[in-house]
Amino acid sequence: MTTAVPALSVEGLSVDFRTRSGIVRALDNVSFAVDKGETIALVGESGSGKSVTAYAVMGILDPAGKVTAGRAMLGGLDLLSAKPSQLADVRGREIAMIFQNPRTALNPIRIVGRQIADVLIRHGNVPRRDAPGQAIDMLRAVGITDPARRAKAYPFEMSGGMCQRVMIAIALAAKPSLLIADEPTTGLDVTTQAVIMDLVNDLAREMGMATIFITHDLALAGQRSARIVVMHAGHVVENAPTEELFKRPRHPYTAELIAATPDSAQNLDELVSIPGALPDLRRTDLPPCRYSERCPRKIDACAQPLSRSTSASGHMVACWNPLPERIANAPTESAA
Amino acid sequence: MTILLDVAAVSKLFPVGGGPGPLARFKRRFSGGPEKLPKVYAVDDVSFSINKGETVGLVGESGCGKSTLVRALTRLVDVSDGSIKLGSRELSLKASRVFARDRDRARIQMVFQDAGESVNPRFTAFDAIADPLRRLRKMRGKALTERVETVASQCGLPLPFLSRYPHQLSGGQRARVGIARAIAVEPELLVLDEPTAALDVSVQVVILQLLQRLKKEFGMSYLFVSHDLSVVRLLCDRVLVMYLGKIVESGPAAEVFEHPLHPYTQALVAAVPRLHENGGGRLRLTGEPRSPIDPDPNVCRFYGRCPLSAAMCKTTMPKLRRFGPRQVACHFAEEFLLVPKA
Repeated sequence: MTTAVPALSVEGLSVDFRTRSGIVRALDNVSFAVDKGETIALVGESGSGKSVTAYAVMGILDPAGKVTAGRAMLGGLDLLSAKPSQLADVRGREIAMIFQNPRTALNPIRIVGRQIADVLIRHGNVPRRDAPGQAIDMLRAVGITDPARRAKAYPFEMSGGMCQRVMIAIALAAKPSLLIADEPTTGLDVTTQAVIMDLVNDLAREMGMATIFITHDLALAGQRSARIVVMHAGHVVENAPTEELFKRPRHPYTAELIAATPDSAQNLDELVSIPGALPDLRRTDLPPCRYSERCPRKIDACAQPLSRSTSASGHMVACWNPLPERIANAPTESAA
Repeated sequence: MTILLDVAAVSKLFPVGGGPGPLARFKRRFSGGPEKLPKVYAVDDVSFSINKGETVGLVGESGCGKSTLVRALTRLVDVSDGSIKLGSRELSLKASRVFARDRDRARIQMVFQDAGESVNPRFTAFDAIADPLRRLRKMRGKALTERVETVASQCGLPLPFLSRYPHQLSGGQRARVGIARAIAVEPELLVLDEPTAALDVSVQVVILQLLQRLKKEFGMSYLFVSHDLSVVRLLCDRVLVMYLGKIVESGPAAEVFEHPLHPYTQALVAAVPRLHENGGGRLRLTGEPRSPIDPDPNVCRFYGRCPLSAAMCKTTMPKLRRFGPRQVACHFAEEFLLVPKA
């Protein structure tokens, strides 16, 4: 890893959810860091804990969820132990989040210009009477045509792509140092997706903002981020620079995930599915490696507490029997 | 090759400004009846065919009319104009309400996007699969149970799961119920509306492979609607690209994706994220699509968003022209034909 001070560093984060049918250990000892100006991606299937990680960091976990261990350092502040008033100051100003479904995340009965102005007034130190004008400037910056007229529109009057642009405008209004984008383009067309992702990438570069990009789409993550953190059942299983992860995946789960991505094959028969399902996280006898029950490379050592090793290039893998560093690209080689 | 489905010049228009309320009534009276109301051209003069045993992909962005086209083909809505022939049978003449009880109803079946939402939540998996058999095949009792169990195992749904409700099933199992329900009555054409959109990649693979196996086993034809081009590329023989109610390009899937001729297809292909490729600096579409309400018949639908947008595009609507096995609706298709792979 680089020597730069990370914008956010999550260390040993564990989250439990209390449910009627038992305690769900949603996150277990999750650690990763994102440097200033860097874009990283959290990738995993549904239920892997990507969104819970983001929600825990933002302090917006469901009341049933409880952080049982860990720190999330933003500068000198631990977000997980901060007082609500401290968090309220930081959220919106230092960290902002783009949610999955812009239509439900926006206030349906407030015109979008006002929603942007609200953030500017609360977090951007903008005088009340300048806020509407600056909100229009924000709309222009995210590429909405005729922003003065659109500022007076309600979310339901806009297309999905436009709502997502408004969400981005709200998130970036106070020029935060860290942006968390939780599946920002799910439900949008590929053409719109490309434009929205360009927009997020460009603005992040311009403002020197760190970005955590949460997605289930490995191809999209690869295209848009410098480093990929792969999650499985609440564990970080691999964390590596993007190119290296695709060329030499070391965790068996990552390798299978790559082999299951439609883009990696010439025809359907080449695609490989991942056998088994996520383990039930309510179980009290969860193995130390939560992938071991699905894993084709399981060995006796897997019953011991999880081993994490990091190479010189910053390639972290949590596995007792990882794929070798050289030949590990075999499953993707045939597809290229 | 025998043609299974032949769609000729199908259009579906929706009047706007109708609906209830005094204002709408007032508008209708003074605009000279419902015929004079402005109309959304959801599907505009679309023709194509599907051969027996063929898998055809239908792609396009949301709002381009692919769902309306599919609903028209499956006879869930009535068409405004044109003909839909399944084999020798003309389907467009009967009202959809009447067709629902027709014996040919079983020949076209549909798999909806998310079986969690398209299956009645108060039906068990068994009831969901049995419903079309009861209605269209009048099956009862032991024969029905046997048929449901056969179909379920063909779709890889373990029999104990048949007594479960949709919310008790995982995404992949629900997808299997949706497929089993559709193939229970042995259709010749199966229309699949983004059957894997709600699934994780690892489950998506299994469902796609299941679909391919079922197709081989039962010799069905597929119309596969999707916005995921990397899936369409793997599953489909031929692909239709739709933009604002019109087909702008069609042809063999591999060719269309390798070397798209229409500027819209080019942008669509460029927008697909690839595993071993950086996403920056490629063709991007700007702006919003043109309004589908009473569009000018002489202006190309893609005008304004198209990087070419020449003077000619504003005065003449490009026709779908044939280039070998492919069809393209663009005045400048020849220029892209000559350019080697982009």
